[in-house]
This record gives sequence, C-alpha cells and structure tokens, in this order.
Amino acid sequence: MELSSKTEGQVQIVAVLGTRIDAAVAIEFKDAMRAETANGPDLVILDLSAVDFIDSSGLGAIVAAMKHLAPQRRLALAGLTPTVDKVFKLTRMDSVFSLYPTLDDARNALVA
Amino acid sequence: MVLNDSPVHPAQPSLQKVRVQVDSGPMAARQAFDLLKRGLADLALDVEELGAIELVLAEVVNNIVEHAYANGQRRGPIHLCCRLRRDGLHFEFTDLGLPIPGKSTPLGLPVNVDVDLLDLPEGGYGWFLIQDLAKDVAYHRRGQVNHLSLRMALSKDACGI
Repeated sequence: MELSSKTEGQVQIVAVLGTRIDAAVAIEFKDAMRAETANGPDLVILDLSAVDFIDSSGLGAIVAAMKHLAPQRRLALAGLTPTVDKVFKLTRMDSVFSLYPTLDDARNALVA
Repeated sequence: MVLNDSPVHPAQPSLQKVRVQVDSGPMAARQAFDLLKRGLADLALDVEELGAIELVLAEVVNNIVEHAYANGQRRGPIHLCCRLRRDGLHFEFTDLGLPIPGKSTPLGLPVNVDVDLLDLPEGGYGWFLIQDLAKDVAYHRRGQVNHLSLRMALSKDACGI
C-alpha cells in the first residue's frame, strides 16, 4: 500500500496511490498511515481520488487512522470517488468525517 | 391467422449461470470478483450495479476467509454460483469452513456512529452493507457445507425484461 505525503504549511496531505483499500491491504494501509503521520501538522488531509474501491475492512482502517490522530490532530478526506462515497454514506460515516469532493475543496475549506 | 404482434423485447442476455471457485486467502475476494466480472461481461450492468455487487461479494468472501476459514488457520475452497433471473442476479456462496455461530446471518444493524470519535467502532460494518445492498439473504448449514444465498436487484434492462 503506497502512500505519498507532503506538507503544505499547517497541513499534511497524504495521497493513497493504490486503487483499493480492501481486506487484502487494510492492515498495511493502517501501518503506512501511522508511519506517514508520525510527526507533522495537526491537520491531515487524506486524498482518496485514486481509490475506486473500499470495503468494510478499508473503512475500518480509515477509522483507525483517524482515531490514532485524535484528539489533538484531525483527519479530513478528499476526492472520494462515487463507489467510495457510497460506502461512507451507507454507513453514515459522512456524519463523522469531513468529506470534500476534491483536494482543492478541502484546502479551501480547511486552510486559512 | 395469428399475427406475431408481441412487443419488441430487448435481447435476453445469454448469461444463464456463472460459476467461480477460489481458494480461501487474503486475495480471495479480488480473485472472485475478477472472475465473476468476466462472466457477467454480456450484461449491461452500470457502474453502480457492478460496484454494489463487488462490495457485497467482498464482504461475503471476507467473512468466509476470516470466520469460516478462521483467517488462514483453515484452508479450503470458496465457491460462487451466480444465476440471472427476472428479479436480478441470484448468488449462492458455499464453503467448507466453520458454521456461522447461531446458524443464522447477523441482522446487520447499522453501527451507531453517534459516539465519541475515540469510541467509534473499527469493524462491524460488513453485515450491515450486505443486508443493506442485497435482498433475500439466507444461510443454511448442510452437512459440512455453508450455503449463503442472496439476490442483487438489477435495472430492467440488465435483466432483459
């Protein structure tokens, strides 16, 4: 599970480079997120625009990543593709996470 | 004289039955869906229908891998049979693993997400997704075999009616 990461001022942007966050890679994803966000700004935006499939294991791994950053640090999600967005809506995770259609939308909304 | 004045129907898709078998393991859900997708190529499934099928298949197969086959402690096949009917695609999953506790499928109630962030569950969403997206979910244990059947409703075009 490859991630890329960059810091822009007070925000860290982590992009998922794989197309799936499913049971086969969920633990790997959780570990990679921990490593990428070990130090850094309080706000982390996870760019999911390359991901076209997520299952309940992947959803659980994103929840784990968010809980690992909390309470001091915050995880926002950007670039959800339709199938991924549907999983967040069905499970009502859209009421838990801040979701943005694109990375730019997330930047504009969250970065002063 | 009887005229054939029946309305024009879309061609009945040729698909009758697709059978897929994979070995239990971390890649089983991906492999099963790749094989199934090839078998369903003749149906005019839209992205949303295919996405729902992929998600339900992934949740069912991952449950079999993680629970029936105890996360790799047991090995065995996962068999999937898919038939097209007028009311959608009927799936039957079979495996030779442990039975579902209580011999019935979990209700798949929504997970309560109105909790403190640190108390948010990291699992328990799978059965909810299955029960929400699929119809007629039924489980039977026959001898040493688990049978899980369900139906995915499709648009009328895809059913050819």
